[in-house]
Amino acid sequence: MHFVSRVRQRLDDPELQRNLKRTRGRNAASRAAAVAAFPDFDAVRARATEIRASVLRDLDVWLERFEQKAIERGATVLWARDGDHACDLIIDIARRHGVRTVVKSKSMVSEEAGLNAALEAAGIRPVETDLGEYILQINDNEPPSHIIMPVIHKSKEQVSELFARVHGTAPKTDIEELTHEARAVLRPEFLGADMGLSGGNFLVAETGSVAIVTNEGNGRLCTTLPRVHVALTGIEKVIPTLEDLATLLRILPRSATGQAITNYVSMLTGPKQAGDADGPEHMYFVLVDGGRADLLGSEFEAMLRCIRCGACMNHCPVYQTIGGHSYGWVYPGPMGSVLTPLYQGLDKAMDLPHAATLCNQCGVVCPVSIPLPELMRTLREKQVERGLRPWSERIATKLWAWVAARPTLYALGTRVAVRYLRWLADGRDRIQVMGVAPGWTAQRDFPAPAAKTFRELYAERRRGGGQ
Amino acid sequence: MVAPGSRGEVALFVTCLVDLMRPSIAFSALKLIEAAGYVAVVPEAQTCCGQPGYNSGDTAAARALARKFIAEFERFPYIVAPSGSCAGTVRTHYPDLFANEPEWRARAEALAAKTFELTQFLVDVAGVTEVPGDFSGSVTYHDSCSGLRELGVKQQPRTLLDRMPGVKRIEMRECEECCGFGGLFSVKYPDISGAIVQRKCDAIRGSGAYAVALGDLGCMMNIEGRLRRNGDELTQVIHIAELLAGDVGGQG
Repeated sequence: MHFVSRVRQRLDDPELQRNLKRTRGRNAASRAAAVAAFPDFDAVRARATEIRASVLRDLDVWLERFEQKAIERGATVLWARDGDHACDLIIDIARRHGVRTVVKSKSMVSEEAGLNAALEAAGIRPVETDLGEYILQINDNEPPSHIIMPVIHKSKEQVSELFARVHGTAPKTDIEELTHEARAVLRPEFLGADMGLSGGNFLVAETGSVAIVTNEGNGRLCTTLPRVHVALTGIEKVIPTLEDLATLLRILPRSATGQAITNYVSMLTGPKQAGDADGPEHMYFVLVDGGRADLLGSEFEAMLRCIRCGACMNHCPVYQTIGGHSYGWVYPGPMGSVLTPLYQGLDKAMDLPHAATLCNQCGVVCPVSIPLPELMRTLREKQVERGLRPWSERIATKLWAWVAARPTLYALGTRVAVRYLRWLADGRDRIQVMGVAPGWTAQRDFPAPAAKTFRELYAERRRGGGQ
Repeated sequence: MVAPGSRGEVALFVTCLVDLMRPSIAFSALKLIEAAGYVAVVPEAQTCCGQPGYNSGDTAAARALARKFIAEFERFPYIVAPSGSCAGTVRTHYPDLFANEPEWRARAEALAAKTFELTQFLVDVAGVTEVPGDFSGSVTYHDSCSGLRELGVKQQPRTLLDRMPGVKRIEMRECEECCGFGGLFSVKYPDISGAIVQRKCDAIRGSGAYAVALGDLGCMMNIEGRLRRNGDELTQVIHIAELLAGDVGGQG
């Protein structure tokens, strides 16, 4: 379905609009409070930006160091070209260890790869254990609409109805009761699963560890209870040191949910060692390229700094109007409008870079200073360079620029335009239907122009000696 | 008071939208610049800064117009525009357009450093403490995105409004939220734009102010157009230049 049709559908969905309205601004307010209570925020933001930018300058070196350290600690590191390759590698691991059930904590890279569908096709049962992801999975594998709050588009009433239907229980409206119900379903899954799959917020090169931040504790259960742990994440997630991790952990939760720290911060380093009380017998890293390496050294490299906090969408007027599903792929909001065309192909997401007002609320709040509007604008430039824009738009832009470069012609053009608009207004102070820009008058009136252009009036004033 | 014209020349960049739609905004800007003691000059061959081309991804078109703009305006000590968005294009984007042309880049940077949004110029450069206007009524100010986030225009218009005894300033909720204009965005994605501007209109009406003042004509047409479409004939939508210059009527 085309972007504009998806948007229309979401705008016409009263339930979704109610849900969007209820959450609108809530995360932004939490972030603002956290930033206000943290005087070092700007300094930490600058440092976090520098950490992420510098690691990308030598990404290969840091990845090799990470691999070496992870191997030293007994983990296996596998490299995936893309999502399909990652699925193949994970299915391979599962088969080798006789895995029938996989408990998953939240991983956006697994969404990129379409891992759940691939596992099911291979006869392996994935179970989402993040509450939001679990809700989506039992709702016919609905995709997430936000990168850290996957089910933000739903109301508790909708979840209540879903739980009652799927679990065959009495409907509950208390969120705590609903959570207990999900917990009762999930607990045996944790205990019975053969494999746990997690994402990775950061890969620490100096120790070969993966760090994950969660609020529900499911990540910790997924990574320590089952026999096998697979950490699936993108190659850009590596950082050099634990010191760097400390810096990034000070800014990630504040930017995401306004928390000073998440309920759980897990550091996982290799499988269970002699003397350890718990932990998996086998630990694997599956590190995915999926278009990331192509961005290194390009004008889009800054996008790889992203630490997936979701602040950009929490502050985006467009995201907050149309919801995450309108964006059409895994990543919504401003970061998605940049990543989707880069990972899926420029011609596969023609609207996304344009469906933004370039208001730069996203750029201002990004904890690693990614110039998101500038990247969207650069994507627009690439569309023009590759001749992907409609011919009518290309001609209109060229004609406008040609006329604007010729002041006499331009002055004549504006004089004619003003008279035409006045004729359309027909004596009123506004135009209600305008053929040249139907999009404008579909949503609002077009205020009528003054009788003459500034240029004309200024010339008259000067001739009249008024100046 | 400074003697009229004693502080040198200021070039007014009228902006293409003001030229076409609301010339009175430019006349108000001229009055304010002159009241601050400068000689206001209007370079005659000016047209557009190139922002529509820039934001559409047609960099070649934007660059050609940027060269024209630089050549016309660089001889002046100050360049002022009654628009945060157009001043922002010159100040923050012109230098980027010439990343590979050192000579033009240097000229773009020199120009950028002396280009200002109107209220920014009046407060930060001219140090204006009195304005000619005698508007009376309650006013809420909408922070346009480019002015706010590219140029840091936030306190300047409020400082000047607060100098006007008849103005009762009220903050609307979410005054820094985008109004949904976004240039061609408003025409390309009218449904999204319409939903966003509706929220802005609700915030303005929620403030109870008689008028909303703002520094960008694009946002102004968007907001005014939506208010009128909604049947609100009362809420006044006023450019900050006209309000400060005393070129619009007040309440009652």
